[in-house]
Amino acid sequence: MPTLTAPSTALAVPLSAPASRGYWTSVWLRFTRDPVAMGAAVVILVLIGFALFGSWIAPADAYQSSMLKRLKPIGTEGFPLGTDELGRDMLSRLIVGARLSLFIGITPVLCAFVLGTLIGLAAGYAGGLVNTLTMRVIDVFFAFPSVLLAIALSGTLGAGVVNSLISLTIVFIPQIARVAESVTTQVRGRDYVEAARASGASAFTIVRVHVLGNVLGPIFVYATSLIAVSMILASGLSFLGLGVKPPEPEWGLMLNTLRTAIYVQPWVAALPGAMIFITAISFNLLSDGLRSAMDNKA
Amino acid sequence: MLAYLLRRVLYALPIMLGVALVCFALVHIAPGDPLISILPPDASADLQAQLRELYGFNRSLPEQFVRWIWRAGHGDMGVSIASNRPVATEVFTAVGNTLRLAVVATFIGFVLGCLFGFVAGYFRNSWVDRLASMLSVLGVSVPHYWLGMVMVIVFSSQLGWLPATGAGPGGSDNWAWDWAHVQYLLLPAITMSVIPMGIVSRTVRALVADILEQEFIVGLRAKGLTHLGVFAHTVKNAAPTALAVMGLQLGYLLGGSILIETVFSWPGTGLLLNSAIFQRDLPLLQGTILVLALFFVVLNLLVDVLQTLLDPRIARA
Repeated sequence: MPTLTAPSTALAVPLSAPASRGYWTSVWLRFTRDPVAMGAAVVILVLIGFALFGSWIAPADAYQSSMLKRLKPIGTEGFPLGTDELGRDMLSRLIVGARLSLFIGITPVLCAFVLGTLIGLAAGYAGGLVNTLTMRVIDVFFAFPSVLLAIALSGTLGAGVVNSLISLTIVFIPQIARVAESVTTQVRGRDYVEAARASGASAFTIVRVHVLGNVLGPIFVYATSLIAVSMILASGLSFLGLGVKPPEPEWGLMLNTLRTAIYVQPWVAALPGAMIFITAISFNLLSDGLRSAMDNKA
Repeated sequence: MLAYLLRRVLYALPIMLGVALVCFALVHIAPGDPLISILPPDASADLQAQLRELYGFNRSLPEQFVRWIWRAGHGDMGVSIASNRPVATEVFTAVGNTLRLAVVATFIGFVLGCLFGFVAGYFRNSWVDRLASMLSVLGVSVPHYWLGMVMVIVFSSQLGWLPATGAGPGGSDNWAWDWAHVQYLLLPAITMSVIPMGIVSRTVRALVADILEQEFIVGLRAKGLTHLGVFAHTVKNAAPTALAVMGLQLGYLLGGSILIETVFSWPGTGLLLNSAIFQRDLPLLQGTILVLALFFVVLNLLVDVLQTLLDPRIARA
């Protein structure tokens, strides 16, 4: 039995529109004209380079300790940034440390981005009771300050990289899901979604074709703004002894093991934290730049 | 408005229940039998069964939850495994110390944040604005535990102006507002204030810029109101939101003080949590988190209520 067929997409031939730049092209152009954001992007690329090729870039072995060369000051011959409490080259450890530090900082946001978006999309698109229930559960997680929740979870799960990744992911899922839910609810009421539904598209198709493309941008921008927080928290967990275990180089853990040295070599001891600081600033500036380039107020 | 306030209070109740459920679940997601962490490793099977009965671990989970909530509601959160003192006593001493630190830090952060935010929003796109924006980015980007270490390096180890760790001669139980004690509070409080400062200044800048673009400001200016008069109107309109942000920041600092307290060995809830985690003292961990999270919920509620009283437009929205 013939029903109303969906208007064929062939009808949607561009009506001789003047050749205008696409949305993403203009975002990219605006982004590249923002010197601060570009600077931040360069710093992040360098850090990612350290993370990927650190062991080749580093001038010395990051694990090679020496009892004779412990806690040398910055500028020592052969150790441009001094040595740590076990006589390991600080410069090499800072470079190689980028790998684990970035990994434990970015992974939770990525995982939470995927899971939180799914939850938020489902809740926002379903509406009604499903939405209410999901959002009430999310409200419960919002009742914990994020530092407290992260530490409570990884504290009970026990120390370790995997456990700290799990706890941070759980911390960020509700935050991303809340943003995803609110943008999905907005998009759901738009006419083109109504039109797609009226033309018989399945819920899955509507979400995939009409909703996803419109909500991913804002959620992505929000997620990038969480990376700085995640970096600080993940390294903070290591700093407390709940994350990465020695002798792996990771900035938070290095800060922890060097804490006892602040009266001997204060500036060497402060270096790993400066790396976390630089990374967090760069991600925050990048996220700000991205936000204004996408002209996104969410 | 009364109806709104009532609804807001009622809404907090299920949240509190949910928070309690999460805290209850913490002990059960911990790897291994929760009892094992309480018992000495050489405990006999007889003793194990006895304790299982005492702690109610042989009952069903819902029954355990109800019993736990009931006891917690009466101020009994169990006994710390490490110190064998009631969890409630331990937590409340620590909460006092953390509250002292967090209130001072929020106050410093709020005053400075408002100052920067107002100036930046008022002179938008000027160099002051750019400076204030930069400061607020630095404030939210700095790993505060590292900032704490740097403060100790500069002001204790290098200059020798202020003590590095501890809470002064009174220890964790006896606090006085004299210099002998306050000097111990300064470094951690200043370190902690950086986060709310960044967030408050960001919020206030956006608020002020927003308010200044509204028509009533143009109207006031057209009427010939002085700069000071316009400023007063701006403050009045920005105050409810700014205060709400401050309240939330206080809550975040209370719950998030663990890293700073660890750096400065400040005897608050953070240090308590830290020792509870490393001694696997689950009742203490659970109790501290429950108290902090409930505190946060109540604070949120108070902020909302206060905001509604200051700005009745919210209740109508």
